[in-house]
Formats: sequence, C-alpha cells, structure tokens
Amino acid sequence: MSGAVQFIGRVTIASVRDLGRIGWFLIYSLYMILRCPGSPLQILKQIRFIGAKSLFVIFLTAAFTGMVLGLQGYYTLTKFGSEGMLGTAVALSLIRELGPVLTALMVTGRAGSAITAEIGIMRITEQIDALETMALDPFRYLVTPKFIAAMLSLPLLCAIFDVVGIYGGWVVGVKLLGVNPGAYFYEMEKAVVWRDVYSGIVKSFSFGLIIAWIGCYKGYYAGHGAEGVSKATTESVVLTSVLILVWDYFLTSILL
Amino acid sequence: MIQLTNLHKAFGSQKVLNGLNLTIPDGQITAIIGPSGEGKSVLLRHIIGLMQPDSGRVEIDGESIIGIRRSEMNRIREKFGMLFQNAALFDSMTVFENVAFPLQEKTSYSKDEIRIRVLSALEDVGLKNVEHKYTDELSGGMKKRVGLARALLLNPGIILFDEPTTGLDPIIKRAIHQLIKDTHEKFGFTAVVVSHEIPDIFDIAQNVAMLFRGEIRQYGPADEIRNSSDPVVKQFISGSLDGPIQMV
Repeated sequence: MSGAVQFIGRVTIASVRDLGRIGWFLIYSLYMILRCPGSPLQILKQIRFIGAKSLFVIFLTAAFTGMVLGLQGYYTLTKFGSEGMLGTAVALSLIRELGPVLTALMVTGRAGSAITAEIGIMRITEQIDALETMALDPFRYLVTPKFIAAMLSLPLLCAIFDVVGIYGGWVVGVKLLGVNPGAYFYEMEKAVVWRDVYSGIVKSFSFGLIIAWIGCYKGYYAGHGAEGVSKATTESVVLTSVLILVWDYFLTSILL
Repeated sequence: MIQLTNLHKAFGSQKVLNGLNLTIPDGQITAIIGPSGEGKSVLLRHIIGLMQPDSGRVEIDGESIIGIRRSEMNRIREKFGMLFQNAALFDSMTVFENVAFPLQEKTSYSKDEIRIRVLSALEDVGLKNVEHKYTDELSGGMKKRVGLARALLLNPGIILFDEPTTGLDPIIKRAIHQLIKDTHEKFGFTAVVVSHEIPDIFDIAQNVAMLFRGEIRQYGPADEIRNSSDPVVKQFISGSLDGPIQMV
C-alpha cells in the first residue's frame, strides 16, 4: 500500500516539475525574443529550414486536401442542389480550419522533429554545455531564432496551403465535375470575410509557437544517448500534434 | 582560487559527492584522479556552474556561485575555458568557425583580426591547414586540440580539462599532456585536469587530488600522492585488483 502511495506521489511530483519546467521554458524563450532575439542571419537560416524547405510537402498536401474537399463537397452539396456553393465550402474549410491545422501538422512532422533531434544531439554531445561555459546563453543561439522563424513561417505556409487547396478543389469541382467556374469563385468571394482569414492567421501563428516551443523543449531536455534523442523526437511530434489539435478547439471557440 | 566546501550531490538515492572539500591554488595544474563513476566530471561541472550542489559552497576567487543570477554566473564564467571529454565542438561548423565563435560573439575584433588570432591559436596547439575541415573529418586527438585552441582563445584564467586524453593512443596522449604543460607554461592559467592517466598525469600536474566515495581521500603535491601510503590511493595508482577499491 505504502509503495503505491509512494509511486503516485513520485509521479505527481515529477509531473508538476515537468509542467513547471515546460512553462518556464516558454516564458524564458519569449523573454529572450524580446531581449536579444538572435542574429538576423540565424533567423533567416531557420526561416529557410522551417518555411522554404516545407514548401513541397505543403503544396502536395494542400493540392490533395483541396481535391478531396472538392469531391466530398460536391457529393454533399448535390444532395441539396447547391453545388454552386462548392467554392465557399472548400474555401471556408481550408481558411478557417484545415489550412492552419494541416500546415502545422506537416511542419511538425518535417521541421518540429528535426528541431528536437538537432538540439537533442547538441545536448548529449555537450555542445549546449560548451555554449554555457563560454558565458553565452544557448537560448539566444538555439531557441529564439527557431521561435521567430516558426511564428513567421507558419502563417505564410498556411496562406500558400489555402490558395493551393482552393485551386485543388477548383480542378476537381470545375474541371472534372462540371461546377460553374464563375459560381465557384463568386460565391467564395461573397462568403469569405476578413474575420475568416484573420482566424487562420492567428491559428497559424500560435501553432508556429507551439511547434518551436515543444520541439526546442524536448530537445533541450533530451535524455541520454541516441535512445534519449529518439524518445525526445517521438514525444515532441506526438505532444506537438496533440497540443495543436487541443489548442485549435479552444481557439476556434474563441474566434468563431 | 577555487574553493569547494562541504559539497554534497546525489542523483536519486546515489550519493556522488559526500561532503567534499578542496582548495585549488591559482596558476598551477591540479589533477583530480579516482575510480570511474566516482563523480570527477560531476565535480568539474560544479566548479563551472553547469550543476548545482544539493548543499555546500563553490567559490571562485572568493565569490560564491551557488544560486546566483545567470548574468552574474556568466560574468564569472568569463574567467573559464573548458575542454570537454569529447571536445564538444559545434558539428555544424568548420574548425575555423568553431575556434572563431567565442571571438565573434564576445569581442569587437575585425574579421582580419579574428582570422589572425584563430590561426595563431590553432598553431599554438600544433594544427595547420585544418581550418576548413568539418569536425567529423578530424581524428580524436585533433578534435581535442581544436577544443583546447577554442578554450585558450580568450585567455581565461582557469581552464578545466575533462578527461582530455580518453580514447587516444599513447603517442597522441603524450602529445596532449605535453600540450597542456606547454600552454600552461606559456599562458600561466590555473588548470584542473580530470584524468585516469596514471602515471602520466604525475608528470604534468603540480597537485593531485584523489576522489573516492564522494570525498577527497588525499590531496597534495604530485610526488607526495605518487608515493602515498594510503591503501586506497596506493591501490588506484598501482592498478591492483586487491585492496579497498572494489570493482563494480
């Protein structure tokens, strides 16, 4: 009995400590962004890595997501004789929801995991300790450029996702299934308002923050050896994906 | 002067440092020896503030480094250089970029000045024409030399060496020891060397401290430790299987 109580106590203390540490990591990272955000060259390098190098996967995912929305939307809307609303359905689904979420999940898989692995390897090979012994703050070199790059890149990638997705839906709806091309864009233009676009931007921005936060945190506190880094990378991708979906729900309920 | 007073550190139920006391004098080479897993590297990490003790004091030139702000810690760390066990070079950078990094970040030297200083530091450690190589293209001994060049560059008053010759062949090992001795004579820094290299370490160190069961078992001039009559020290130096030190 006392063993079980001890176990619960240990797990609780460890969980509270981890929560405190992850919270502190975010607060200190944001503080460092304001205080010394790192060199512009480092930030540009990270924008290239997180943003530019994710373009291909974003194009591909967006095109097929738009095409599936075109197919499913057409199937549903024809039941009500409203296939002219296909453009609106595709655009609103993408701009408000699927664009930010799928962009974030794709970037998590491609760049979030790499961020964790990179920082994790630097941790286990004592490169982070080396920075500290030189009296240099590792956050300035490793963390803040990634935060800034992710928060800037995600809204831009999401915008590209939305546009490509809308044209994916257009290819299927208009070119393959014969929806009126004028109606596709006209109805979309009438229905989509600035508030929809704004909510997509806010979501992407916050998802960028989550990707950098969890990716850097898991790498910074990676365990020992190759196994520790591998575990940290897996945890990073899972936790980031879950947080994105949970945060998406709360943000949607606020921004609706 | 580095002063460690009543230092305690445990990882879970495992006590690593158990009331350790040690005073390391300025301008000399002090070696810390002891069986594997006794906490020598942990001790070094306490000296430079990479780890905090559970209790006890660590003072650098009379200033305590326990519980101080990061900015104060960084000010004290300006006095230090450190050569890590695996050199801890930045693997995404070339040799030149590695050595130049602290100069670029902490001084206002021009590019030309930095280039001259980096090449000179590399030459001090016996390396030429390697500045364009990446660290994974270097041998273990060369990595240690690059690490030493990086540690020396800002002329620190104290340099910590964490097992600087681990994994090297006997000739390179001798060369690294000679390099530590030569650079120490040239720059006059305080050196703390964690080492397993018995008896070679006695040739370069002026003082030797033997760490055993979380405490300093014996500390004194190198010759005194070499000829110690303490059974633990004696067994460790002779490498005998019989004695108070039990293999885990």
